[in-house]
Amino acid sequence: MSVVSSVAPRSGRTTELVLTLDAVAIVGLAYVNLGLATTGSVPPGLAALGLGYLGVALAFHVVLRWRASYADPLILPIVTLLNGLGLVMIHRVDIAEGRDISDGVALRQLMWSTLAVAIAAAVLVVVRDHRLLRRYTFLAGAVGFALLLLPLVPGIGNQQFGARIWIRVGSFSFQPGEIAKLALAVFFAGYLVQTRDALSVAGRKVLGMTFPRARDLLPILIAWLASLGVLVFEKDLGSSLLFFGLFVAMLYVATERVSWIAIGLGLFGAGAYVAYLIFGHVQTRVLLWLHTFSPEALDTSDQLAKGLMGMAAGGMFGTGLGRGRPDLTYLAESDFIIPSFGEELGMIGLFAILVLYALLVERGLRTSLGTRDGFGKLLAAGLSFSLALQCFVVVGGVTRVIPLTGLTAPFLSSGGSSLLANWTLVAILLRISDHARRPLPDPAAGSAVAEARTEVVKLP
Amino acid sequence: MNTPVRRLSFLVAALFAALLVSTTLIQYVFASDLNGRPDNRRTLLATYARERGEILVGQNPVAKSVPTDDEFKYQRTYDDPELYAHVTGFYSFFGAVGGLEQSENSLLSGASDKLFYRRVSDLFTGRRPSGATLETTLDPAVQKAAADGLGDARGAAVALDPKTGAILAMVSNPSFDPNTVAGHDLGTVDKNYQALTKESDRPLVNRAIGGDLYPPGSVFKVVTAAAALSSGDYAADSELPGPAELDLPLTDTTLPNHDGGACSPSGKVSLEQALVVSCNTAFGDLGMKLGADALREQAAKFGFGDAPSVPMRVTPSSVPAELDQPQLAQSAIGQYDVRVTPMQMAMVAAGVANQGVVMQPYLVQSVIGSDLSVIESAEPTELSEAVTPEVASTLTDMMVAVVDDGTGRRAQISGTKVAGKTGTAEHGKGRRAHAWFISFAPADDPKIAVAVVVEDGGTAGSETSGGAVAAPIAKQMMEARLK
Repeated sequence: MSVVSSVAPRSGRTTELVLTLDAVAIVGLAYVNLGLATTGSVPPGLAALGLGYLGVALAFHVVLRWRASYADPLILPIVTLLNGLGLVMIHRVDIAEGRDISDGVALRQLMWSTLAVAIAAAVLVVVRDHRLLRRYTFLAGAVGFALLLLPLVPGIGNQQFGARIWIRVGSFSFQPGEIAKLALAVFFAGYLVQTRDALSVAGRKVLGMTFPRARDLLPILIAWLASLGVLVFEKDLGSSLLFFGLFVAMLYVATERVSWIAIGLGLFGAGAYVAYLIFGHVQTRVLLWLHTFSPEALDTSDQLAKGLMGMAAGGMFGTGLGRGRPDLTYLAESDFIIPSFGEELGMIGLFAILVLYALLVERGLRTSLGTRDGFGKLLAAGLSFSLALQCFVVVGGVTRVIPLTGLTAPFLSSGGSSLLANWTLVAILLRISDHARRPLPDPAAGSAVAEARTEVVKLP
Repeated sequence: MNTPVRRLSFLVAALFAALLVSTTLIQYVFASDLNGRPDNRRTLLATYARERGEILVGQNPVAKSVPTDDEFKYQRTYDDPELYAHVTGFYSFFGAVGGLEQSENSLLSGASDKLFYRRVSDLFTGRRPSGATLETTLDPAVQKAAADGLGDARGAAVALDPKTGAILAMVSNPSFDPNTVAGHDLGTVDKNYQALTKESDRPLVNRAIGGDLYPPGSVFKVVTAAAALSSGDYAADSELPGPAELDLPLTDTTLPNHDGGACSPSGKVSLEQALVVSCNTAFGDLGMKLGADALREQAAKFGFGDAPSVPMRVTPSSVPAELDQPQLAQSAIGQYDVRVTPMQMAMVAAGVANQGVVMQPYLVQSVIGSDLSVIESAEPTELSEAVTPEVASTLTDMMVAVVDDGTGRRAQISGTKVAGKTGTAEHGKGRRAHAWFISFAPADDPKIAVAVVVEDGGTAGSETSGGAVAAPIAKQMMEARLK
């Protein structure tokens, strides 16, 4: 579990600075490109917005230098680039919808981004060691499940676009599932680190796989029921898949037992199938997924079909920023921001975005591998996997790999809750990676033995 | 716990690989299918957003794209819409429908490969790509004369330049206003379009080159006469039987003349005289003697059975494949199941006019790029030699006699020798016959060949009635050209 390194690792902060500047430059270029394509001139707010975004990214970089100087150097540039590209695309949809920049979605997203970065920085400052989080395992669990089920509470729960995954208080609406994802990852990590021995050792061998004892099945059954509850009552397959997938993956990492995956997949498949048989809204989702272009499906919703046609219109190289018609697809700036990118940046651009996501996940998993403590390992693996799963659910939903769900593309889609949650997720990952990459105190330099004078035996 | 994390990374890789595959499928493999979907609004908007080329008659655009403020960028508008509706077709939410809009869609839209180098240069110069302009061969005066002559009657008229095949006029009645189905309000456009498709007179059908085709009646006698002269066994003065009724073998029925009388007091007529008075019995007898093969071959040489693109596709005209003797006699006078387009009959007239050589008819004189350079120019091509120059010359003299002394007197133009042939095609008992006229002028140096059909315009049994209705229209068209 521990990594012994004889080479003093570099902190990577300079690499991070250069790459972050690159990321901001790319975002600025995209913004200029968009302005030239739509109005024929460099957007007037370029200096203010560009410098503002640069300032936010650099501020976070400084916090990392100060509080987590050995944190992974690639995570911040990747996230800066994704978030910035998202801002440009949201602004692009604003333009297409005829919204001025002052009352557009993009400005709101920029404010949320700033707030999210501030909170992420605060997390880095306050949480000096990720193992602190373990103390709040059960609090996190309670908060996570509460948030998960909050949209079901009458009065504040709010159904939008067929899924009940929002809460609304006054004019303020929020998708608590995003925060729940974080809280539950902390809870699962803390809980599994405690119980992994019981869950991994005891059991019976069937068909070459060791199956757990019946009483050890309770946690997975609870997680299963909760995720089915999300599927059935909140009508959201994506969130359901995300939480249950997260749990099963972490369970597998904690116990190293493949049988958990078999059990998990079996349970989820059975549950989803029964839900499909019983509930009309699940059947509708499946119809839209499998028969997107059938008349019945188009009568229900042509959003997915329009998104697909948008992506096809982009083709391999895309129409170019500002040259397509992403606004023809409903929710082009949030749930369908991936097709918007596909249309204007083409398959190549979308590949680049997917690779950025994959890189981000890879950095997270690498952090997990390098971390010395079990809690950190589980938490990093869980958070990274949740990102990967969310990407899969979102991009897979709009490209017909799985049924479409109401989740947002991390860092790209418009939505404050998503930004807050994912920046905080990144802050925790950075914190763990700092721990993972920080060189162990040199025993030769720090210990009392080392302080003592070396006795030299003089040879004659 | 490192082993499961490593395995998890393989799962993550698989998930992302699935996304790369699905993206590739949508944006590359099936992209053209998705883009080609009729309900794909992006494709529609993209084609609308490009300035579509004009369709010119003379120097005037009869179809052009006018910039608009809405999301479609351009509105297609048609000048003199009813007069040119079947030439232009229309451009709407349903795509390009009918006429040049449909046939030359890729040139007008700018998507044609012929415009490839232009598109490449547009890419570098940043010029907005635009479609090519089509200059038609139409003579607005002839077109107008044809439409005015037809008036409210159902029917069609075609005029060709016999020496080149250039289409000088192509009119189909009733017509429609393409502007009503080219708007940007989907509801209105759809309503108007549905209304047009439901009209019993079927205004959307271009009767000149398509539709249900017409029996040609006596104008087909020109083809029969051509077959007779080409066989070498007949000359203009060859004597044919011309009784009041021709006994049809194998049946109890007879083939009568239009007026019920014999074609001459003696009961014998020359081939020329038979054409002049449009003698059914003489031509019926002639057909049976020539045989079905000779008749069919002669028709084919004039273009029967072909589906030329002008560039709109012309429905092939036909002489039935299996004919017994009585059917052959009927076919020789353009009845039974002989079916023609007015375009085909204009080609017959033009072929005789052009010393027996039928030229490929065409509607587009030149294709002009947005920078006014000529991309393509029509080159007259021979379709076939229908008859020898000698036979053509004899046929011309016979057709001149038809106009000078026979059923086609109404087509006479003072000072100009006109060659023509009338027809009154019966199509069902108790219904009025279609009135036909084909002609060309001047007979010694033809500048225009014409075919006119007026549906239900003639009186069954009266050959002169066809001449009376259709010949004046042809005359006006020829005068418009010769002026």
